[in-house]
Amino acid sequence: MSYVTKSPWIIHYDGSSCNGCDIEVLACLTPMYDVERFGIINTGNPKHADVFLVTGSVNEQNKGVVQQIYEQMPEPKVVVAIGICACSGGVFRDCYNVMGGIDTVIPVDCYVPGCAARPEAIIDAVVKGLGVLAEKRAAMEAKEDKAELAAETEGKQDE
Amino acid sequence: MGKRTIIPFGPQHPVLPEPVHLDLVIEDERVVEAIPSIGYIHRGLEKLVEKKEYTEMVYVIERICGICSFGHGWGYCAAVEGAMDIKVPERAEYLRTIWHELGRMHSHLLWLGLLADGFGFESLFMHCWRIRETVLDIFEETTGGRVIFSVCKVGGLRKDVDAKTLEKMSGLLNGIKKELQELTDVFLEDRSVKNRLCGVGVLSKEEAEELGAVGPMARASGVAQDMRMAGHGKYLELGFEPVVETDGDCYARCKVRLREVFQSIDLINKAIDEIPEGDIAVPVKGNVDGEFITRMEQPRGEAIYYAKGQGTKFLERMRVRTPTNANIPAMVKTLQGCDLADVPMLVLTIDPCISCTER
Repeated sequence: MSYVTKSPWIIHYDGSSCNGCDIEVLACLTPMYDVERFGIINTGNPKHADVFLVTGSVNEQNKGVVQQIYEQMPEPKVVVAIGICACSGGVFRDCYNVMGGIDTVIPVDCYVPGCAARPEAIIDAVVKGLGVLAEKRAAMEAKEDKAELAAETEGKQDE
Repeated sequence: MGKRTIIPFGPQHPVLPEPVHLDLVIEDERVVEAIPSIGYIHRGLEKLVEKKEYTEMVYVIERICGICSFGHGWGYCAAVEGAMDIKVPERAEYLRTIWHELGRMHSHLLWLGLLADGFGFESLFMHCWRIRETVLDIFEETTGGRVIFSVCKVGGLRKDVDAKTLEKMSGLLNGIKKELQELTDVFLEDRSVKNRLCGVGVLSKEEAEELGAVGPMARASGVAQDMRMAGHGKYLELGFEPVVETDGDCYARCKVRLREVFQSIDLINKAIDEIPEGDIAVPVKGNVDGEFITRMEQPRGEAIYYAKGQGTKFLERMRVRTPTNANIPAMVKTLQGCDLADVPMLVLTIDPCISCTER
């Protein structure tokens, strides 16, 4: 089965961001930057998504939501933490209801610092994420091939 | 009578850029009750006043919300300036008014886009956001940031804008006006758009007053309440009049916001004509001793800022009452008895800003 390598579908979730990064994520999709022309679509369904864009930091309330979205996404998947809040907690890291960056609950592949992160930086991170996605896919396929090979050899031995 | 079912709406939902959760109790296709629950974005930033100096705090307050960030910064500075009895120079007040109105334009254009996306008119969404980029370009040229500027400080501003840039700004705004006129015709005349908006989620004037609705939500129901009339900034000098519609439905709320964008363009053009030369900041000495409350008109409605200090460089208490917080009861009221398919429209038309609400 061949995969589309250049047109990932993204899903966006706002952790506890101030909206600054969220509107920049949306700005990437709109005519000025227009990544939709490459077939990159913002989907609302985690089961359709390849790249998970998270803005803002984690707290007790949204920890479960972030984990759930991540778990519902099919393999291979890439997580991009957008904005300094998602990277480390940023200016809010001393707040009592901020646990820290997204990487405290799910593994993160790309970090985009900045407050607010610029659309160019977000697009760059997603492009880097595509590389990670390709690596993960190659690793998965290699594993599958190995399993198939093992099954085949087992079958031959049975004969 | 049908069987009651509860449908969860959010926190992760395609029409919501921000997480808020609603439990919709439905009977057949009709919503009987909506129970909101919030708390997904609470950070507790008001408590940071104990760790950050009052001058540094502007940086944090601007990050209450990335959409109306300039307004928040201004509101906080105005509260501190009031408590310290600082008189801000005229030019700074004019520039603050200009930036605040630009912020309103960018917020309303963003909202119009989300509304169009909400009722499934994708290309209209794209056009609104395309126009909005011009406003962001003006912001970037004058302040250096696209959505968060950090240009407001206690005692004035950090950056001045020269006459040439102001003139260019005026030209760009007139361009926006022309382009937006075309979109206005689509929003207000298109039959399919009207079908989704007219008569949906009617909030009467009495209900709006009783439930304490603010901003465009109240003004669309005929309540002529706008804090820009209360005298902050230079609005009175610019001859400000609130935009009021009387129908109280989604269409009226859309119309109020559209008219406010045009009004903002006129206000900015007038301010550019009248802006005096002079300083943009006064030196600030000493610490806050005493308390002060200011009321501002944010794009979403009235916001209240409270600052209290006891003579140290840290404030003792700082509090913000944001417009969405005041509009949630009105939203829950309009949701009762609506069609399930209209829920995204009704949630969107209060222009919810959850990160303001929860801070």
